[in-house]
Amino acid sequence: MNRLKTLLDTKKDLLSIYFTAGFPQLNDTNTILQALQKAGVDFVEIGMPFSDPLADGPVIQKSSTQALANGMSLQVLFQQLADMRQSITMPVILMGYLNPVLKFGMERFIDQCAEVGVDGLILPDLPYELYHEKYRDLFEARNISNTFLITPQTPSERVQMLDQNAKGFLYMVSSAAVTGATTGLNQFQLDYFNRINAMKLNSPKMVGFGISDRSSYRQVCQYANGAIIGSAFIKMLEESKDLTVDIKNFVASIKG
Amino acid sequence: MFHPNEKGFYGQYGGAYIPEMLIPNIEELKKNYLEILESETFQKEYHLLLNDYAGRPSPLFKAQRLSDKYNTNIWLKREDLNHTGSHKLNNTIGQILLAKKMGRQRIIAETGAGQHGVATATVCALMGLQCIVYMGQTDMERQAPNVARMRMLGAEVRPALSGNRTLKDATNEALRDWIANPTDTFYLIGSVVGPHPYPDMVARLQAIISLEIKQQLKQKVGTELPDYVIACVGGGSNAAGSFYHFLEDASVRLIGTEAAGLGVDSGETAASMACGDIGIIHGSMTYLMQNEDGQITEPYSISAGLDYPGIGPLHAHLKDSGRATYMPVTDEESLQAALELTRLEGIIPALESAHALAVLPKMNFKPGDQVVVTVSGRGDKDMKAYMEYFKLTE
Repeated sequence: MNRLKTLLDTKKDLLSIYFTAGFPQLNDTNTILQALQKAGVDFVEIGMPFSDPLADGPVIQKSSTQALANGMSLQVLFQQLADMRQSITMPVILMGYLNPVLKFGMERFIDQCAEVGVDGLILPDLPYELYHEKYRDLFEARNISNTFLITPQTPSERVQMLDQNAKGFLYMVSSAAVTGATTGLNQFQLDYFNRINAMKLNSPKMVGFGISDRSSYRQVCQYANGAIIGSAFIKMLEESKDLTVDIKNFVASIKG
Repeated sequence: MFHPNEKGFYGQYGGAYIPEMLIPNIEELKKNYLEILESETFQKEYHLLLNDYAGRPSPLFKAQRLSDKYNTNIWLKREDLNHTGSHKLNNTIGQILLAKKMGRQRIIAETGAGQHGVATATVCALMGLQCIVYMGQTDMERQAPNVARMRMLGAEVRPALSGNRTLKDATNEALRDWIANPTDTFYLIGSVVGPHPYPDMVARLQAIISLEIKQQLKQKVGTELPDYVIACVGGGSNAAGSFYHFLEDASVRLIGTEAAGLGVDSGETAASMACGDIGIIHGSMTYLMQNEDGQITEPYSISAGLDYPGIGPLHAHLKDSGRATYMPVTDEESLQAALELTRLEGIIPALESAHALAVLPKMNFKPGDQVVVTVSGRGDKDMKAYMEYFKLTE
């Protein structure tokens, strides 16, 4: 049983933070990881920057462009994470687009993930069908869980199918939008959360996209196991003069 | 062997590498497109509009002075005479009919040179549908007349501000729009790129080009099979349409020309086959230009319509299988070819089409060969580049 499953099975109101590797500075990855763990975040998604992130809004796009300009690559990221498990006990997920991973080599990539202690992956442009056909055995052999997204438009049968095949959690995209779109929860979204809840799925659910503050976090926690915050955190990093202090304050403002 | 399988793969190329947010829309399209495209009512409406609105069939013109120069028989497939000035309208007429049948009211599109944007804005005006076109800011500047045409047609042109601000970036923005507007919006893609079923759908809607070539050549020289078909390739829609009905005719040599920019070794190029390798761009596995980390490289070409770092998966498959040959053409070569066509035949071609004409001096035609070159569009939109290069204002 991996760290992620243990956490999801035992804890509620989870807070997960997404941040782009290599942003704001190339070597901030570990500083941010340490600060997030210390601030009491439950788990993290580390974004692997890509030149053409088509499911991301302007904030994460900009951070990815900056990270690439700083020299971030998968090779550099795995070097940075090599000793992570000496101090990081929370689950760590890598999130990113498929092309850099394929260029790196899927098998090599999964091996490196297992080696440095990554628990799971989110690869938005690898749909379930292609994952199942081409890569599933590889993931499962190294005990790396893949994460599937569901959206308000995902038909119920497909939600059931993804639920049955999920090893970690289902990533509930809160609304039809790219990352970072700011919305309060509206009736349409509440209906969607209620519809999914009524399905009594086996998998834990984390809500992401458009979660930015304490009130949206508290609200979605009533419907899911927790929430994922990305763009709002990146925006804070952009302006931060002292990462450790600002990260502590940011997390406190959500959870405190 | 040149059609995609049910998952949208041409050999190893194609497929639908898309986020879950796009899956319901892509599934709906996949379920419906063949049935609608092959239905009698669609075919009737599509061909009526192609004939009476677009002005098809487009002529197959014997370019005599060009033929004399290269000591062979050169035929120009005049897509530049299509309404709106390029082959793009063939596809937008088809997709707008499909969008209407699927009940979508809001149309989005990406555009490079602006030809697809204009063709989309045109059919949206014709059908009374809302139209939003994403265009890289760099392209908006170098293709300003087309921006004005789209606006006059009632479309909203939204600038793409990421990357080099060209076609790739406009396509990213259009995909993001579709993710954010999944229920009322139809994404009208302009080339044989993107996730399945777009490459197949667009190829089928452009296939009218090769269907007409066969009929016209038969009428003019008694055989429907030329020795060569030559077309330029950005994403590859006019080439896909020009090749389509010849794919199974092994005697017909198919030549695609891609934009080499300042040269394939210059680093300033859009020749994704000469300089790229296999990867995923805009939902499709294909040849693309990328660095060693799998980051997509910013392309360059003088021709906004060919300034794209990938290529349609059909072409990737045709290249690997040896069925078609792809040749790089530089900015300089295309400009010279544009001038040559203008002076010998009185036709000012688009810079994209000039890339097809530019391989004529590199070929070894026989005097008896029948050579078809698709002139995909007219050159009005490129007059700024021509004026600068040929110093036409001095």
